[in-house]
Amino acid sequence: MEYTPPPLFNRGPTPLVRLFLCALVSLGLLIADARYQYLDNIRQAVSVVVYPLQRLAGTPGAIFDRIGDFFVTQARLREDNARLAEQNLKNAVQLRQFEALTAENAHLRDLLAARQRIAAGTTAAEVLYTGRDPFTRRVIIDKGLQADLKAGQPVIDELGVIGQVTRVYPWLSEVTLITDKEQVVPVQNLRNGLRAVLGGTGNDGELELKFIPLNADFKPGDRLITSGIDGVYPPGLPVGEVTNVERNAAYLFARIACKPVAGVASHAQVLVVNWENKIPERPPQAEKSAGGKKRRGS
Amino acid sequence: MLQSETRPQTILLPVKPVFIILTLVAALLINLLPWSGWLLAIKPDFVALVLLCWCVQQPRRVGFTSAMLLGLAMDVADGSLFGQHALAYSMLAFAALVLHRRVLGFTVKDQILHVIPLLLANDLIILLIRKFAGADFPGVSYFAGSFIAGALWPAIFYLLKLPQVPKTDPDHV
Repeated sequence: MEYTPPPLFNRGPTPLVRLFLCALVSLGLLIADARYQYLDNIRQAVSVVVYPLQRLAGTPGAIFDRIGDFFVTQARLREDNARLAEQNLKNAVQLRQFEALTAENAHLRDLLAARQRIAAGTTAAEVLYTGRDPFTRRVIIDKGLQADLKAGQPVIDELGVIGQVTRVYPWLSEVTLITDKEQVVPVQNLRNGLRAVLGGTGNDGELELKFIPLNADFKPGDRLITSGIDGVYPPGLPVGEVTNVERNAAYLFARIACKPVAGVASHAQVLVVNWENKIPERPPQAEKSAGGKKRRGS
Repeated sequence: MLQSETRPQTILLPVKPVFIILTLVAALLINLLPWSGWLLAIKPDFVALVLLCWCVQQPRRVGFTSAMLLGLAMDVADGSLFGQHALAYSMLAFAALVLHRRVLGFTVKDQILHVIPLLLANDLIILLIRKFAGADFPGVSYFAGSFIAGALWPAIFYLLKLPQVPKTDPDHV
């Protein structure tokens, strides 16, 4: 005859066993996410559950802003209006010139049988909040799959590039700012056309030109624009400005500190650029010579 | 006052599961508020705090399942690595389940000395995971939130216990 204890004090597996199981699941998720990026579907499913909470959490701030907007003083409105009218006038003149130049440029490119530049469409979005993860520089914007955003699209404000869409949820997207440590933007120097790669440092308002030889012609005050050769950022968008150049013969590369042009840390409205560059296929022999160990996806 | 909460032990009413869920969701909501600037830098992790409190007070109702679910929700909301909060919170739940009898034996003030190391360990796990994934150490202020959470512990502990304290009726024996 077998006796089993009555299930009065049955508490299931011991905490240690449960911890082991949980740790195993978490580690599995971590590795699958960090190493193989398998989990986008699960992430999106969970995001549907979390989304209402995220919106709810943003509501008090939004209401406060709206009330603040309502009680804006008339003096400030008039001031704003005058300033904007003046700005508009200035812009209008430049716009006329720009239109003329665009037409001329297209015509010249036609004559030279060069590839036409593609005009980029934009989607306006609003920054909901800055990412709370202290290890990265990210913001969350209020457009996602519903607005046809895709991972990889550049994000700009009225002054220049602020970052790139890195993860798209059904109603939200995550934008990695150019100041993030792992974010790079291919740029060129507006003054002399030198190409370079601009990377973030992980600190707000600090960028760094990477792998620039000591003798390269960069000076403080140089303006950096996107070069467009990556096929991700449309060419000609302002990105940053060189603030300090440090040439030390002890190092292989010059240390060139830059600061972003756009309000990377402080912004409410942004534009997501919808720009698909159809680059012709790489010639096969170039692929072969550049291949070998490391082949990077486009 | 702190003394009287633990020493003459009153028999508490059973906790309502709805109350537990509501408080955990509220903590998640507070974490999701659009914090920014220095407030974000010193923001305590309210989910970890409330979770720890429930694990200590009601170890049979709140434990690993809640910890995992809340962790995954935090990971998605933060856009951090999938599973980092889940792992950290399950470690926290484990520590709380093992230590809850000991912690409850102390006054609420002395419990803070248990809570702060546990929350720091929680931070440390996340830091280690991110270090392995190649991130930089964000600065000492990263740990500040746990000390502030420790300061909030008595209030949270008392608030979560409040609905279970029976209303004493002097006319009724």
